[in-house]
Amino acid sequence: MQFLQTFAGLFANFGNLTWQMVVMWVIGGLLIYLAIAKKMEPSLLLPMGFGAILVNLPLSGAITQGTTVGPISALFDAGMSNELFPLLLFIGIGAMIDFGPLLEKPWLMLFGAAAQFGIFVTLVLAGLFFDLPDAASIAVIGAADGPTAIFVANTLGSKYLGAIMVAAYSYMALVPIVQPPVIRLCTTKKERLIRMPYQKGSVSKTTKILFPIVVTMLAGLVAPASVALVGFLMFGNLLRECGVLNALSETAQNVLANLITIVLGLTVAGQMTADKFVRPDTLLILALGLVAFIFDTAGGVFFAKLLNLFLPEGKKINPMIGAAGISAFPMSGRVVNQMGLAEDNQNFLLMYSISVNVSGQIASVIAGGLILTLMSSCV
Amino acid sequence: MSTALLPVTLSMLCAGMAGIFLVLGVLVLGVYALNKFFSGK
Repeated sequence: MQFLQTFAGLFANFGNLTWQMVVMWVIGGLLIYLAIAKKMEPSLLLPMGFGAILVNLPLSGAITQGTTVGPISALFDAGMSNELFPLLLFIGIGAMIDFGPLLEKPWLMLFGAAAQFGIFVTLVLAGLFFDLPDAASIAVIGAADGPTAIFVANTLGSKYLGAIMVAAYSYMALVPIVQPPVIRLCTTKKERLIRMPYQKGSVSKTTKILFPIVVTMLAGLVAPASVALVGFLMFGNLLRECGVLNALSETAQNVLANLITIVLGLTVAGQMTADKFVRPDTLLILALGLVAFIFDTAGGVFFAKLLNLFLPEGKKINPMIGAAGISAFPMSGRVVNQMGLAEDNQNFLLMYSISVNVSGQIASVIAGGLILTLMSSCV
Repeated sequence: MSTALLPVTLSMLCAGMAGIFLVLGVLVLGVYALNKFFSGK
């Protein structure tokens, strides 16, 4: 009898299992499936999916239980609550980006600005359902930029970090599905057929070196809250462009970025506990994230159409390139190029769409910083 | 659902879009200037 009681004790933890935890296992499994089978942002979705299962086991030792500190909670305190992980990841991302084609045609940066429209529209909509810090955090899903979304949501102390991250990374991976219908809806066949011959320009090495410094100073002066985000991104880029720190640049692009990505996904999953995630709010956040991506795309396209009103025939812009102004790199740039080729197999928009896409990376970081600056002046 | 935040969020929409065009607009001009001054260097 004593044996049976002792043996049954092995299964006592089953009593702590809730249906919400099972839902999170399913969500975790779905994320792992999307990462492996569909190759959707696997570097993030796989750790997040596994982490979602890990932290939703009853009394999981991976997260803090009572006074016992769990490793994922410790990672959160060490690198997320102080925004260190997303910032370090930005060094790696900055080192990966070649701003050269964008610097040849700097005017393309304006499309990056226009394509942040979805962030601010979503802010208005989210403000109808959430308090201002949460609404602003949800709006930044529209930045289509994971580290920026983490940084802003964390800085504003949002309790929806897990849902925001899942929405941000899922929609980034779903860009090839989300963007084309919106682009088609916002453009005519004639506009999609506009050809944009590409003439290669030249950019000096000095310009490439000065660019990250100028961007940091400018963004820091206008939106001081963004200076950490922009600064770390641009520091990474300076490592790349300076030409004397190739080893550091390669380390940032590979070792640093990969290392941070591993712990980032798991740490974010620490916020995906059933009590925080399985709520009606999560569905609303996913819906608002979709709205953000739709309005980002429409914002970029309509900005191009607006410019076309003032441009002479033969100089018109294919409005589809505006849609590439979101930060999801390089998916968005490729999607626009493929759509151009689908309409006219001789219409190569890649150089423009990728340049606009790169500008979206700068713009999304600055938009995140502006949100923080505006929040500090509003609250 | 509450519309109490609408005045704040709408003003943030306008200020945010103005801000981002301002920053990137200045950046565009800055890059043109850099390209002009440092062409070929």
